[in-house]
Amino acid sequence: MADLVQRSVSRRTLLKGGAAVAALGGVSAFLAACGSSSSTPAPSAASAASAAASAAPSSAAAPSAAGSITFGSNYSDPVPQKAFADTMAAFTAKTGIQCTINTVEHNKFQDTINAYLQATPDDCFTWFAGYRMRFFAAQGLATDISDVWQTIGANFSDAFKTASTGNDGKQYFVPLYNYPWVVIYRKSFWQQKGYQIPKTIADFTALGDQMKKDGLIPLAFADKDGWPAMGTFDILNMRLNGYDFHVGLMAGKEKWTDPKVVAVFQEWAKLLPYFDPQPLGLTWQEAAQKLINKQAGMYFLGTFAGQQASDQATHDDLDFFPWPLHGTQYDSEMAIDAPIDGFMVSAKAKNLDGAKAAMEFLGSAEAANTYLATDPNDVAANKNADTSKYNAFQKSSATIIAGANKIAQFLDRDTRPDFAGANGMQGFLQTFLKNPTQDLNKFLSGIQSFYDSLPPQ
Amino acid sequence: MSSSSVPSAPPAAAGGASPSTGRKRRKRFSLLTRRDKLTLGLMVGIPAFIHIFLIWMPMLGSIVLSFTSWNGIGGLDKIKFIGFKNYENLFSNYPPFWPAFENNLIWLAAFLLIATPLGMLMAVILDQNLKGTRIYQSVLYMPVVLSLAIVGFIAQLMYSPNMGFINNFLVAVTGDPKWTASGTAIDWLGTPGLNFAMVLVAAGWRHVGYVMVLYLAGLKSVDNTLREAAAIDGANARQTFFRVVFPVLAPINVVVLVVTIIESLRAFDIVYIINKGLNGLGLLSVLITNNILGEASLIGFGSAMAVILLLISIGPIIYYLARTMGREAE
Amino acid sequence: MTATPAPVGSRQVVTGKRQRPHYFTHAFLIVVSLIWFLPLGWAVYTSLRPYGDTGGNARGYFSIGGAYNFNNFVNAWNQADLPLHFLQTILVVVPALILILAFASMVAVALSRYSFRFNLALLMLFTAGNLLPQQVVIVPLFRLYLALPMFAPLSDNGIWYDQLFGIVMIHLAFQLGFCTFVLSNYFKQIPKEINEAAFVDGASVWRTYRSVLLPLARPALAALATLEFTWIYNDFFWGILLLRTGDKFPVTSALNNLSGQFFTDNNLLAAGSLIVALPTLIVYFALQKHFVAGLTLGSTKG
Repeated sequence: MADLVQRSVSRRTLLKGGAAVAALGGVSAFLAACGSSSSTPAPSAASAASAAASAAPSSAAAPSAAGSITFGSNYSDPVPQKAFADTMAAFTAKTGIQCTINTVEHNKFQDTINAYLQATPDDCFTWFAGYRMRFFAAQGLATDISDVWQTIGANFSDAFKTASTGNDGKQYFVPLYNYPWVVIYRKSFWQQKGYQIPKTIADFTALGDQMKKDGLIPLAFADKDGWPAMGTFDILNMRLNGYDFHVGLMAGKEKWTDPKVVAVFQEWAKLLPYFDPQPLGLTWQEAAQKLINKQAGMYFLGTFAGQQASDQATHDDLDFFPWPLHGTQYDSEMAIDAPIDGFMVSAKAKNLDGAKAAMEFLGSAEAANTYLATDPNDVAANKNADTSKYNAFQKSSATIIAGANKIAQFLDRDTRPDFAGANGMQGFLQTFLKNPTQDLNKFLSGIQSFYDSLPPQ
Repeated sequence: MSSSSVPSAPPAAAGGASPSTGRKRRKRFSLLTRRDKLTLGLMVGIPAFIHIFLIWMPMLGSIVLSFTSWNGIGGLDKIKFIGFKNYENLFSNYPPFWPAFENNLIWLAAFLLIATPLGMLMAVILDQNLKGTRIYQSVLYMPVVLSLAIVGFIAQLMYSPNMGFINNFLVAVTGDPKWTASGTAIDWLGTPGLNFAMVLVAAGWRHVGYVMVLYLAGLKSVDNTLREAAAIDGANARQTFFRVVFPVLAPINVVVLVVTIIESLRAFDIVYIINKGLNGLGLLSVLITNNILGEASLIGFGSAMAVILLLISIGPIIYYLARTMGREAE
Repeated sequence: MTATPAPVGSRQVVTGKRQRPHYFTHAFLIVVSLIWFLPLGWAVYTSLRPYGDTGGNARGYFSIGGAYNFNNFVNAWNQADLPLHFLQTILVVVPALILILAFASMVAVALSRYSFRFNLALLMLFTAGNLLPQQVVIVPLFRLYLALPMFAPLSDNGIWYDQLFGIVMIHLAFQLGFCTFVLSNYFKQIPKEINEAAFVDGASVWRTYRSVLLPLARPALAALATLEFTWIYNDFFWGILLLRTGDKFPVTSALNNLSGQFFTDNNLLAAGSLIVALPTLIVYFALQKHFVAGLTLGSTKG
C-alpha cells in the first residue's frame, strides 16, 4: 500500500500539487533553494501549479514546478535500476531538480512505447539509438534537443552524434553506453582444453569439430523469444555483404530476394551444425547457463550474457572475441552490432527545461561514470568518461568496439519496428531455423512481400 | 428504454408473453409511478450503456478500422481508407496468418473430438455414483480453477527438456541419460508441430474437467424412470445412454458445444506465456494482440484479423442464442 | 435449473439386480485421476526441493533425497513481489465482483420481472457480448482506453489506460453478459405473486428489487460470486493488454513479467506457480458446491 501511495504522490502531487504544498510553507525554503540553481521556470509548467503559485503570496512556489521532472525507465533489472537511480540522484544533487523515475519492465516498456509516448509520457524516457529512435522522432513524439548537443557535443565522437540524429538532421537522443555482440567463452575451460581463439571461419569450424569430439555444443544458441537469432543474421550479413548493404537492407533500399541475402542464409545453414540444435525452446538465459556450465564452448550474444554468471569469479572467467572473418572484401570493416542505449525527451514533456537539464547532465562524463560504477557491464559512450576503473570485461568490450570500423545497432533497432516484431522477422528467422534446407528463394520472397505489404511510413 | 415497462408474468409460468397478459400489462404499466419507470430505466440503462460502450461499439470499430491503414500514431485524421487491401495482404502476404488459422482449427478439432468426449465419458462413469466419486471428481475438476497462464507454467515443468518431468522420467525408466542431454533430449515445447500438440494436451487437461462438470449436472437432471424403463425393455447400458439419456441432454450439448468453440477461439494465455505464440504456436488471438502491442502497431491489419475472428465466432453465438432464447421469442 | 443443485453425484442410481463389482471402472478412474493429479503433484514435489539438489549435475529432478523445505516459496514470494501483486488483484477483484453482481442483478430483475419492449433483444445482446472472443474488440478498445479521460483517484494519469479502474470496467462489461443471463433465468423462476404482493403493498420498483428479490437470489449470487472470483482472478489477458506499470499488475498477469532466476530454476518457478494457484484452489475446495452450481446455473437451463 505504501508503494501505491508513494507512486500516486510522486506522479501527481509532486507535479501539480507540489506548488500548493510549497505554498503551505512546509518545504518552500528547500524548493526555493532548488529552483535557484535550475533554469528558469518553464512556461509549460502545469497550470495547476502556476494557479496555486499565483494564489500563494510566496514567490518561491513557482520554481518548484520547474524543479521536478519525471523519467520513464526500462532499466528494470536490479543492477541497471540501481545504477540509473544513482545517476539521477547525482543529477538532483547537482542541479536541485527532483527526478521521479517510473520504471517499467524492459520488454513491456518496448511493447507499449507507442501508446506511452502518445498518451502519458514522462518528461524524459530511456530508449535506443538507430531506426527505432528516428522512427519516433519522425512521428513527432520526441523533442528536438539539438541545443543540448551544443553543450555536450564535444563529449561524443561523430559516430555517436550520427546515431543520435533524426531523419531531419536534428538530435533527439543522448547516448549513455553501448555493448558489443561477441563470441563469449570461459577462459579457464579453454585453457584446460587447449582451444585457441578462431580468427577465420575455417578456424572456427575446425574448433567446432574439435569441441564436438570433446562432447560439447560448439556454440550455444537460443531463440525462443525470437530476437537473439537476429544478431547472427546481422553479423553474417555484414561479414559477407558489408555494412552498407546491411544498412540498406534494413532501410528497405535493398531487397530480401537479392542473391546476396540468399548467400547469407546458405552460409548460416552450413554453420548450423555447430549451433545448439534445439534453440527454439531455449531462452538466452538458458543458453548462457550452458556456456557457464561448460556444456557449450562458445556463445554469440551481447555482453549482457555476463549477467548470468552467478558469482564474480565466474564472471571474471568470461572473455570474448569478435565473430571470425569470412575472407571477404568486407573483413577489414570488422563490423559489429554494438547497440547504444540512451535517453530522449518526449514531445509532451511538461517541464522542458528540466528535461533538457537532465539530458545535459546525462551527456556528461560524470553521469557515465556514476552509471558504470554500479553497472560495469557496458562501455561508456562518452569519450571523456573515466576508463581507468574499467574491469577486464569492459576493457575488452571497449577494445573491440574501438577496433570496429563499422557499427550497426541490431536488426530490431535498425529497421522499422512492425517489420522486426513477433509477426515479422522474429517469426521468419524461426521458420528458417526450423527448416534450414527449405527453398530459400521462396522463403526470402515471403519476407520481401511482407515488407512490401506494410503501410508506407 | 423505460417506455413500456410493466411487471411481467414469469415465463416459468407463462412461457412468454401471450396477447392477453400483454393487455393486462399495459394496464399495469400506467400504475407504475414515474419514479419507478425512471428507476427501471437506470437499472437497465447504466449497465447496458457500459456493456455496449465497451464491447459492441469497439466491435463495430474493428469492422470499420479493418478497411483502413493507420500506424496508431497521431489523430484519427491520419486514418486512410484502403478498401480490402488489409484482407488481401492477410491472405497472401502474411505468412503467420494461415498457420495461426490452421492452429485455431486444430485446437477446435482436438477439443471437440478428444477432450469433450473424454469429459463426457468421465461424467457418465462418475454419474454411476461409485465409491470415491467425489474424490475422482475433485481431482479431474481441479485444473479447471487454474488460469491457463498457470497451466502454461505447469506444462513447462512437465515438458522442459532438461528439468522437466517427462524427460527425467524417461531417464529413470530407461537408465539412459540421453533423454535429458542437450541435443538428444526431446524438446517438447521447442519442436514445431510437437509443441502445439503438447500445448493441446495441457489445455485439454483443463477442458476435460470443465466438460465433465457440465455433463454431470445434466445427467443428474435425467429422470431415472427413463433409465429404468429402458432397462426393463432390455436395453443395455450403451443403448440406454445413446437412445435415452443423450437426447435428454440436448440443452447441455448446446452449451458444451458453444463453450468448446468459444474457448478454442479465445485461447491465448497458454501460448503467450510459453513463447508469445512464436515457433508454430501462433493463434489468431495472439496475432491480433501482437499487432496492437508493439513498437509500431498495424491498426487496420490487426482489425482485419479481428473481423475474421468475429466471422468465425458469430455462427456459434447465433446458434446458441437461437437454441436458448428462441422459445421465448415465439 | 435449481438454485443450489445438490453436490454432483449425490443421486443414487437404482440399478436394482444388475449391480456388479466395478473393478475395471475403478482401475480406470484411478489411473485417470493419477494422470490428472500428476502435473500439480509434480509441481508441489519440485517446489519443496532446493535447486542445488535437483538442477545442474546433482541428483536430477526425478529423484528422492536431499533437503525438503519451503525456501523456494519464500524466495518466489519475495523475488516476484507477490504481496504487491496480490494487493493489485484484490483492488481489481473486489470492486469488479460487487459491480458485476449489482448491475447484473438489476438488469436481470428489470428484464425478467418487468416487460420492456426490447427485453429479449437486450438479453441477447448481453449474452452474445459475453461470448465474443476478446480479441474481436481489442483494437478499438485499446485506442478508447488511451483517449478516455478519468479523474483521480480512479486514474493517476488522467486516462483509462494503465489503470486498475480500466481493468475493473472491462471485466464489468464482459461479465455482465454472463451474470445477467444466469440471473434473469433465476428470477424468472420466482413466482410472480411476489412482485404483485410487493406492488400492492406500495413498494417501489427499487424497494422490490432491493428488499424482496435480491435476498431471494442469494444462492445464485453466491454461486456467481465464486465463479466470477475465479475468472477475474485468473484473468491474464486484460492485464497484459491494458496495463503498463509493473507494480500495477494483478498477480496472474504479473506472471508474464517473471524474470531472472525464474527462467533457469524450475523449483522456484514451481513454487511461484503454486502460490498464485493457491487462492483459486482454496476457493474451489472450500466452496465447491457454489462453484459447480455457478457453472451449471448458466447451462442446465434448456
